Amino acid sequence: MEVSYNALKLHPKDNVAVALKRISEGEIVFISNFESNLVALEEIPYGHKISLHVINENEEIKKYGECMGKATNEILVASHVHVHNVRGLNENERLEIINHVMEA
Amino acid sequence: MKTFDGYRRPDGSIGVRNHVIVINTVGELSALTRKIANLTPGVIPVIHHGGVAQFPEDHTQTLRTLVGTAGHSNVSATLVVGTENDPIAQEIYKILKKKGKPVHTVCLNKNQKIPEILHEGRSWLLTALENSKKEVREQCDITELIVGLECGGSDAWSGITANPSIGAFSDMIIREGGTSVLAETTEAIGAEHILASNAINREVGREFLDIVRTYEHRIKQTGEDIRSANPTPGNMAGGLTTLEEKSLGCIKKGGGTPLKEVISYAGKPTEKGFVFMDTPGYDVESVCGLAAGGAQVVLFSTGKGSPTGSPIVPVIKIGTNPKVYEIMSEHIDINAGKIIDQNKSINDIGKEIFDKVITVSNGEKTAAENELNQEFAIWRLAESI
Repeated sequence: MEVSYNALKLHPKDNVAVALKRISEGEIVFISNFESNLVALEEIPYGHKISLHVINENEEIKKYGECMGKATNEILVASHVHVHNVRGLNENERLEIINHVMEA
Repeated sequence: MKTFDGYRRPDGSIGVRNHVIVINTVGELSALTRKIANLTPGVIPVIHHGGVAQFPEDHTQTLRTLVGTAGHSNVSATLVVGTENDPIAQEIYKILKKKGKPVHTVCLNKNQKIPEILHEGRSWLLTALENSKKEVREQCDITELIVGLECGGSDAWSGITANPSIGAFSDMIIREGGTSVLAETTEAIGAEHILASNAINREVGREFLDIVRTYEHRIKQTGEDIRSANPTPGNMAGGLTTLEEKSLGCIKKGGGTPLKEVISYAGKPTEKGFVFMDTPGYDVESVCGLAAGGAQVVLFSTGKGSPTGSPIVPVIKIGTNPKVYEIMSEHIDINAGKIIDQNKSINDIGKEIFDKVITVSNGEKTAAENELNQEFAIWRLAESI
């Protein structure tokens, strides 16, 4: 049976997927490249991100397999992941990443 | 070996257009320059608003950009509009003469009435236009192509559809022996470690990190933080959450080929392959720098439908989502949104871009060219004096 996905996981390491259409609260989320379906805890606007697992406070948010920021509080599975619960990296965190790859 | 039909210039460079242009040396001459172009249909005005009174770093950068534009391989002949004893006009004239490019200067001066200056400019341009029509395209090797990579008005799809497709194209043209130049230093902030670690050697990686650090430092000196301006409110509404996320999507345009060289704004690549040019994220200034550095074609992904074009290079617009393509198809050449709703792969769109670059290089007009989108602005580093 042809499955119509409404979200896309971009990289195996990612803990978020991108909504391919607007997803309503309570709607089933069929995620391309992810083993199970989820039920959206809240509305996910088109192009926005949904959590694939529980993400702990201060845990890295991974998209494209890379760190795109850190959780500012615990994010439950199937939640909207955006500016209200994610921050960008600070100066020290960035330097650490740069030094790490340049010394490797 | 893949080929295209271009114009071979006396200095050996290859153009994909045969423009006759009129360009001003300083902002005061903008209206005069436009008048000369209006009197001579077929001539393209290249107008900028910078002045003579600039700090040395801006003087050098402005001159480099004007010389790169006026002497571009897509340009058949150049009329320079200057002031009396204008050192910028003299410098452009000298360099273009040496390249064998048809060039003439008209100068605003106290001994010549304005209508006489307009007439002199128009007469020279009419002859230049006639001569340009005699020039013919000839078969050229794709290794002669330099393609600039740019994005403007990013959305959450930029990093998923259009930018990785541009990246796939970049890898393809480099495999064929060509060159791609990624721009926008500000849009690499937060993802600079990825490009740096993918440089051909540690030195190039360091050079890249240095231009990012210098740019960030310059912004901090003004009391601003790049993070307070990025992502923009428009980016955030589209689903981009952090600067890192925006930058990770932005650098996808570079594909997977190792970074070979880092060049300054409007600088010319000295190597073939994957190159990075230090430019601002502002798309008009960035495209202007890419063109002045010798790119004959620029690829430009857009999520929100930026209409930016160039007076001298064809800009191929790639829409990131089906909606922007549907609504703004007069601005946009390729729909990378087919990856979202038509089961197309990144490689499919990369190939479509590749074919488009060849047909556009052969002379087919882009959407931005048809719309006469000819924006031109030179990146400024400091205050005017």
